Amino acid sequence: MPSKNDKKEPLISRRQFLLRTAATCGLAATAGAWGYVFYSKEPVRRSEAKIVTFRDYRIQESKVFPQLVVVHGKDAEKMVRAAIEKIGGMGRFVSPGDKVLLKPNVAWDRQPEQAANTTPGIVAAVVRLCLEARAAEVWVTDVPVNDASRCFARSGIGEAVKRSGGKVRLAAENDFVPTDLRGEALKVWPVSAIYHQADKLINLPIVKHHSLSKCTMAMKNLYGSLGGQRNRLHQDINGSIADLAAAIRPTLTLMDATRVLRRNGPTGGNLSDVSIEDTVIAGVDLVAVEAYGLRFLDLKVEDIPFIGLAEKRGIGLSDWRSLHVAEMNV
Amino acid sequence: MIRRFFTLRNIRRTYAVFFLSLFVLLLWLTNFGRMKGYETGLFLELDPLAALASFLTSWTLYKGLALSLVIVVGTLFLGRFFCSWICPMGIVNQVAGSLFSRLRAADTVQLNSWRALYNLKYYILVFFLLLAAFGSLQTGLLDPIPFITRAFAVSVFPGANYGQGWLYLKQPLFQGGTLLGLIFLAVIFANRFVPRFWCRAVCPLGALLGLFSFRPLLRIWRDVELCTDCKKCLANCHGGCDPHSALRYTECHLCMNCIEDCPENAIHYGLQGPSSSVQMPLDVSRRRLIESALAGAVLYPVMKSTISSGTTAGHQVIRPPGSIAEGDFLRRCIKCGECMKVCPTNAIQPALFEAGLEGLWTPVLISRIGYCEYNCILCSRVCPTGAITPLTVEKKLGKGPGQKPLKIGTAFYDRGRCLPWAMNIDCIVCEEVCPTSPKAIWFQDFEVQLRDGGTKVLKRPFVDPKLCIGCGICETKCPIRDKAAVRVTSIGETRSTTNQMILKS
Repeated sequence: MPSKNDKKEPLISRRQFLLRTAATCGLAATAGAWGYVFYSKEPVRRSEAKIVTFRDYRIQESKVFPQLVVVHGKDAEKMVRAAIEKIGGMGRFVSPGDKVLLKPNVAWDRQPEQAANTTPGIVAAVVRLCLEARAAEVWVTDVPVNDASRCFARSGIGEAVKRSGGKVRLAAENDFVPTDLRGEALKVWPVSAIYHQADKLINLPIVKHHSLSKCTMAMKNLYGSLGGQRNRLHQDINGSIADLAAAIRPTLTLMDATRVLRRNGPTGGNLSDVSIEDTVIAGVDLVAVEAYGLRFLDLKVEDIPFIGLAEKRGIGLSDWRSLHVAEMNV
Repeated sequence: MIRRFFTLRNIRRTYAVFFLSLFVLLLWLTNFGRMKGYETGLFLELDPLAALASFLTSWTLYKGLALSLVIVVGTLFLGRFFCSWICPMGIVNQVAGSLFSRLRAADTVQLNSWRALYNLKYYILVFFLLLAAFGSLQTGLLDPIPFITRAFAVSVFPGANYGQGWLYLKQPLFQGGTLLGLIFLAVIFANRFVPRFWCRAVCPLGALLGLFSFRPLLRIWRDVELCTDCKKCLANCHGGCDPHSALRYTECHLCMNCIEDCPENAIHYGLQGPSSSVQMPLDVSRRRLIESALAGAVLYPVMKSTISSGTTAGHQVIRPPGSIAEGDFLRRCIKCGECMKVCPTNAIQPALFEAGLEGLWTPVLISRIGYCEYNCILCSRVCPTGAITPLTVEKKLGKGPGQKPLKIGTAFYDRGRCLPWAMNIDCIVCEEVCPTSPKAIWFQDFEVQLRDGGTKVLKRPFVDPKLCIGCGICETKCPIRDKAAVRVTSIGETRSTTNQMILKS
């Protein structure tokens, strides 16, 4: 029979026992909770990126001003000023404090004379007008086909923008956000985030020949907002151009037809492909501007399916003659 | 206070920081937007090994490489000052060595005194120079300046950019970049075991400079009358050159640490005094030298009787525009990677075995990654050895009277993969982006019968081999992402008289 004096000291104190038990239970509970929280039937987590849509950059319509302004002249600055003046002044489009985004065509590593990119003088003039209308910031962007820094340097646009007080903003690889274009051919597509940061969008295309779509002007210029595998769009080029025009509604379109690339577009490269037309077209109606530009390439509205598609969707009118048009020389 | 800062050691450190920063800065400047007129290849041009080896292979001292004479002449008088004062590879290894190995005083005697292993670099040098004398330029594999330039251009810069985007607009991708990065890391890590292992045991440029400092006018010397044999001079020795006994002046990097560390002020730099200890000239085994030379002599004919781009035109060996004919190219290219750094479209890549073992890490264009920008001549501007000769835009595009545009290859359609040819789907992105005028890619309208019985008119593309310059933008932009339906191979390249297919061109 064990003696009372045989009592051994317990191996651990009660307090220690309780603490250790609590710690072990805690660890077990953590493991269970971890399993519960992260249990998944899928092998990878689906990241749910927020899908945004384009804002409507347009301003209220006005009957006071002409809907289409065509200016002929030699001096880019004067032509742009006259055109904007006639269509209501930059104050009509840009409110003080706005962040304004300009979208010229700077897709190619080409010089201004080769007419593959928008004339730098026109971009600079618009930057200045925006700043005079007290825009907070004026950004110029494009997602070129050739290397971006080379395109902006060789087109002269980088330098022109810097000198006139604007800022070139280039989208890096992770600056693209999935955006729902709600189109028939284009659904969710990566779009340069700069478009979602701007209040106003001014479209600055140049008139050029294009072998598949026949022409590239105001509507196709909007391609330059997209990232991703853009080269697939050629498979339904008319549908995708119409979708873009429906999704992106610029505040103003000012089209450069000072030099027109008539053949070998959209890259050009040979001065004999370029004809001098000395014209600038301003308008709020993208489709009307586009339809007007066809004359430089000897095309008709019927030749260009995407203009018809866009008109059917109510983006604008292809019959620009029915609009209030002002034409002048400076 | 100021005087205490201006110790020899600190002056050397200041130079080291300056030259390492200059190296990184110049490499950063090697870019379309930043290049302006800077001498971006300065360190490569200062490299006497590149100059000597390319001289041996081609009997010309190419342009900027004449600058390396500054280092040669300096070394003849002063000793191997290049290694610890200027060489970016030496400085990086020194920094790594001082970080990785915290030496106890007892260890320093073992680790910082000379070992027979350090003669290895002389054998490596002899091996490479013999290959060069026969006509194969392989020094670039271990020459420290091309080595570190390549490692930075292909691995370090792209790695530093990853996730940050502060060096490039588009993350560059390089074939075998990880491998080159790992090799560089291995060299750095070797400092963990022997400080400056690379510089002391491997570096062929160090060996060459060692040869040039066979009898330097000024040198480190130890005054035996003052010396107490405490061996404290070994504590921070860079070269492993035995300052505590018979100094091996061909190994000495002039780091000046022994002068600073000597408690008795017994070590000096200058004209050797009468009380100097005896010094040890270069002592390499003649037998080993002959063995290494023999290895080179045996390897050369074996290399030349192996299939490489020098013997057989390789379809993937599309060289940058301005490159000289392949045989000469391999005799001039030191694999430095400057052209890969400057290429704006990331097209120029280090070759793995496309050009054979001889052409390892030489530049090739991979058109799936990038294309040769029509108006760009940057790679020809940065090449330090003239493997790519300097171009003007007019010359590249053949704008001069009677000139033809420079071709680097020709595009071919894979009609089984091309959307309009194989699947009756509209595309011709290739035609849109083709930069020549008139376009080398043209199309014909075809009326095709569809599966459901209807018909469709679509444009199917063709290549005009007379106009195609092989720039590869069609392959880069082709929507068939994995393996493009239009691909460029090297056939028809201007620099080759044999890699041609058309009778009349």
